[in-house]
Amino acid sequence: MSDTIARVPQQIEPNTEQILTRTTPRRRASAGALLRELVVSLWLPVVLFALWWFVSSTSTSPFFPPLSRILEQWWSEFIIGDSVHHVFSSLQNFALGYVLGALIGIIGGTLLWRYRFLRQGTNPIVYFLYVLPAPALLPAMIALFGIGQTRQVALIAFGAVWPTLLNTLDGMRGIDQVKFDTAKAMRLGPTRTLFSLVFRGASPQIAAGLRASLQVALILMVVTEMVAAKEGIGYFILQAQIVFSSVKVWAGIIMLVIIGTLLNYLFVFIEHRVLSWYYRSRALGNS
Amino acid sequence: MSDTTTRKAHDDIRSTTADVPGRAPSPVLSVAGLRKIYNEGKPTAKMAIDDVSFSVNKGEFVCIVGPSGAGKTTLLRCISGLAQASAGDLQFEGKPLTSVPEQLGLVFQDYGRSLYPWFTNAKNIGLPLTARGMPKAERAARISEVLSNVGLGQVEKQYPWQLSGGMQQRVAIARALSYRPDLLLMDEPFASVDAQTRFDLEDLVLRVRRELGITVVLVTHDIDEAIYLADRIVVLSGSPSRVREIVEVPFGHERDQVATRASDEFLQLRRHLLDLVMPHPSSAA
Repeated sequence: MSDTIARVPQQIEPNTEQILTRTTPRRRASAGALLRELVVSLWLPVVLFALWWFVSSTSTSPFFPPLSRILEQWWSEFIIGDSVHHVFSSLQNFALGYVLGALIGIIGGTLLWRYRFLRQGTNPIVYFLYVLPAPALLPAMIALFGIGQTRQVALIAFGAVWPTLLNTLDGMRGIDQVKFDTAKAMRLGPTRTLFSLVFRGASPQIAAGLRASLQVALILMVVTEMVAAKEGIGYFILQAQIVFSSVKVWAGIIMLVIIGTLLNYLFVFIEHRVLSWYYRSRALGNS
Repeated sequence: MSDTTTRKAHDDIRSTTADVPGRAPSPVLSVAGLRKIYNEGKPTAKMAIDDVSFSVNKGEFVCIVGPSGAGKTTLLRCISGLAQASAGDLQFEGKPLTSVPEQLGLVFQDYGRSLYPWFTNAKNIGLPLTARGMPKAERAARISEVLSNVGLGQVEKQYPWQLSGGMQQRVAIARALSYRPDLLLMDEPFASVDAQTRFDLEDLVLRVRRELGITVVLVTHDIDEAIYLADRIVVLSGSPSRVREIVEVPFGHERDQVATRASDEFLQLRRHLLDLVMPHPSSAA
């Protein structure tokens, strides 16, 4: 082996040493494998759905209408009808609140990580606000922002901040000191260290925080629309409850479930692209 | 024994730092009376390094050895600028050393923790170049060049964790060499690779030193490695460390893993160094 090296500057063929994985993308799975994966991940929801359908089809209880009627109602309200504007209103509030909360969370987490005096000073406050159920702040939010859209976005943002903030802080603290020594040895400077090392190194944990924030934001999106609102999915569900139309209530819930699922899948899709280095290195058994 | 060794160490510095015309230029690295105390002033204060003095001239290969816990890594951190010395005079290319100098390359033992897994190998190697403001095209050329220096090819687009341990350490060495430093500091760089890869990497460092003409300071616990690689070996005593002896290694630049290691001189040096480094029931630190 030392002979080969002594003969350099010719390039050494890669197969004289061990390369653990190839660089070809994994996405060349066969159609059969894809189908199998689909079946594996969907069999349970499909089974439960079918179960619900058949169990409820003969139901006469006003609170447990047949699934077929629920789906009919959902279709006529949201696909054909114009109740879809509720969805857009909800999603708009969600988007604004979530992005705002995430940004504050990441920036706040970074500041807390970087400045110890800040961290020590705000530690009790942060944890207090983190465990406070955001819906409890609804009346306070109404007092502050009135009953318009600002209040809703404010509360969603408020709830979304904490998981992201704490996970950002935690993720940054968990970065190996050797990497910081390396950054100093390469004379990267504080800005480049922040972007090339700190954010990148903490990104898996920041993503976990963002995922938790997503759930919180979704819940708050609905909750804020159930108090002193005039549109949105939460409002739709609440109105349906008031007029005792349980079919409509269920249709609203179905809509909510679809939105939540789609948002989650979208999040995971983006996350796996951005953090592909992380997931692929984990798959290899490294960290 | 301590008188002669201290004198020998100080002689080194005096003879090489003298700015007399016709004499050797100022050394790349000069360490005089280095002392490092952790938690200074507190009851938990611990003196890791008591008094270390040596110097390294251009093109030299100096190995630092010593018993376990002697403070070899602390010494390396002080002379690299990563840690602040408590006392002593540290000079890099004639200028006092307070932070990591620009012309210094550093290779850590744990390549897995030192290389950034979110960047490709090319981006890892190019990181110090980007920090130094090198334009993109020039950077790409330099990355290819330094990868071929370390005997790697075609790994630019891969990630470090896709490579074997030996290849990862080569990438780490390439990263340290990318900006053509004057001094390469290595902290037990081959301790985490298997024995055969170790021999390859040792020869790699020797070749790189020969081809690029850089100066190397390598900390190791492996006596055989130190003798094989070094022109001079700084032997530290146990903690708190002092320079026990500076041993000259007369093998020159042509070294072979099999022939050199089997030679009588090698065995003699080995015996001598083991005697200095291994703990004895009779001698104190």
